[in-house]
Amino acid sequence: MDEGNAAASERYETRRRRLLDQVALRETDRTPFVFATRFWAAAYAGITYEEQMYDAEKSAAAFEKALRLLEPDGYTPSLYIYGPTLSALDYRLMQWPGHGTDPNATFQYLDREYMAAKDYDEYLFDPTGYCLRHYLPKVAGAFEGLARMPDFASLSEWRFVGAMRAFGRPELRASLLRLLEAGERAEEAAQKSAAFVKRMASLGFPSVGGGFCKAPYDHISDFLRGSKGCMLDLFRNRDKLLEAIDKVSELLMRGVVEETRAGGTPYVFIPLHWGLDGFMSPEHFRTFYWPGLRKVLLRLIEHELIPVVLWEGDCTSRLEQIGDIPRGKAVYWFERTDLVRAKEVLGDTVCLRGNVPTSMLVAGTPDEIDAYCRMLITKVGKGGGFILDGAASVPDEARTENVLAMARSVHKYAN
Amino acid sequence: MQEREQQLVEALADMREDEALALARAMLEGGVDPLRVLELCRAGMEIVGRRFEQGEYFLPELILGGEMLEAIGALAKPLIAQAPGGPAKKRGRVLIGTVHGDLHDIGKNIVTFMLDINGYDVRDLGIDVPAATFIDAVREFQPAVIGLSGFLTLAFDSMRDTVQAIETAGLREGRKIMIGGGQVDEAVRAHTRADAFGGNAMAAVALCRQWIGA
Repeated sequence: MDEGNAAASERYETRRRRLLDQVALRETDRTPFVFATRFWAAAYAGITYEEQMYDAEKSAAAFEKALRLLEPDGYTPSLYIYGPTLSALDYRLMQWPGHGTDPNATFQYLDREYMAAKDYDEYLFDPTGYCLRHYLPKVAGAFEGLARMPDFASLSEWRFVGAMRAFGRPELRASLLRLLEAGERAEEAAQKSAAFVKRMASLGFPSVGGGFCKAPYDHISDFLRGSKGCMLDLFRNRDKLLEAIDKVSELLMRGVVEETRAGGTPYVFIPLHWGLDGFMSPEHFRTFYWPGLRKVLLRLIEHELIPVVLWEGDCTSRLEQIGDIPRGKAVYWFERTDLVRAKEVLGDTVCLRGNVPTSMLVAGTPDEIDAYCRMLITKVGKGGGFILDGAASVPDEARTENVLAMARSVHKYAN
Repeated sequence: MQEREQQLVEALADMREDEALALARAMLEGGVDPLRVLELCRAGMEIVGRRFEQGEYFLPELILGGEMLEAIGALAKPLIAQAPGGPAKKRGRVLIGTVHGDLHDIGKNIVTFMLDINGYDVRDLGIDVPAATFIDAVREFQPAVIGLSGFLTLAFDSMRDTVQAIETAGLREGRKIMIGGGQVDEAVRAHTRADAFGGNAMAAVALCRQWIGA
């Protein structure tokens, strides 16, 4: 190993350890800064967002350029190079750059009712069958033919053999061919992402990406019922919703532990969408949101993984309720919740992350950013258990000098 | 208010959907003036709005409230002999929409709901609204207040461009522009040159009260 490599390797290990220590609520030499974004790296490097999603080489080069500028302690390797996969799938749950939105506008999820309330029973009885034959054909063109899939669990003996004729149907065959194509694109993207992570490690940058999971309520809201449908279920289909949350909290765990471990980091990202203040009452949060999410967190922690929960919006009224997890085993990343207040309530339990305001990163000045980071580092970073980041990562439109001021602040101020 | 009328108002306000719909249906079938039933719905929704303002109700209650209102409206409207003649006590006109490039509408819908139950005449242009559409609507609808909504950070520039376009078209004079949604705060207000920002739906109502009276 030459000197450059040895130094990079040491930097990697120091940074990796610094982050793990902060998660364990131990004070380190300084507060760490992590870098995550959707398309800021593309904007900074001068490629379009569409190019970032479709051209893995350009995407990797842009991200590397950003990492070299910011020298973060960790980064989320969210290259979003799944453009070709999304195209092959004819995916309908979102619009993405150049495909529904402007080539330089971020992707957006389409909040719609994909599963009708009357389908709860069928979903609860056989979620896999429901997904294959009803849900998937709705949410992506490539799945349309799967509506013709045999109901395997219903088949016995000679009926089983005879039912194979489903695979002779042109619609199903066409779907399977499209899925083979999507599979190849996804495999390619995964390989390129993994190669990027490996290369960045050799330059001294540890990835804090890893697994991905959801709060059960959010999964049902985002993917099945739509936000409106799910909110109405709080009144109209209370029992079914609770039953689905229970089921989904088990289903969501399948594969996450293995996938995360295979990626080589302990972190599991969980962005939260519908449990924040204002989006449901404290009673609904206690009944429908927190128990399912807590179950997911405890399961991940049991497997020695680190949930990184992004509490979007303002969650001040939830703070007292969400500390009921093992100490020093998770990261709570707050978007608009006052981190100083969060530190008072949860500082002995969980590592906090965030939360330089998005508006400040886009429309503020480096001096404002510097002062804000100083406040966070000295108040929230004190005693350990804090990772500096943007409120909801680095926004696509952030000014470079502002992002740089945030990245540099951790070297200027002691916690 | 009669006992049965009171029951309908309370069922609506307390989110007892089945009961509210059954009561409304019984009243309409029993020959009660459909306009009276709609008036009771409005009274129920005013309580819902108040509970929302007081932090007792949240988004799901507003959504269910809207659903009940729509269902009863669908029952009542065919029974109305003449057109209702338009809302009599509208306090002023507000034009609202999610700016170009952004597809989010939850915040905007809450603001629309709250302004409506507070007596304002609201025209909602929907999502992903180009500046030119806002301008056409301002010319035609002549609102006193324009509300620009957006959740994504790309909305900051869209809001700024929309404000600029309204100004360039000579339509800003005599009107107020408010922005809201997601990340919006004073830094974003300054960036967009709007007159004010609001952090929630009650702030939007307060701004309209301040600008065009209660």
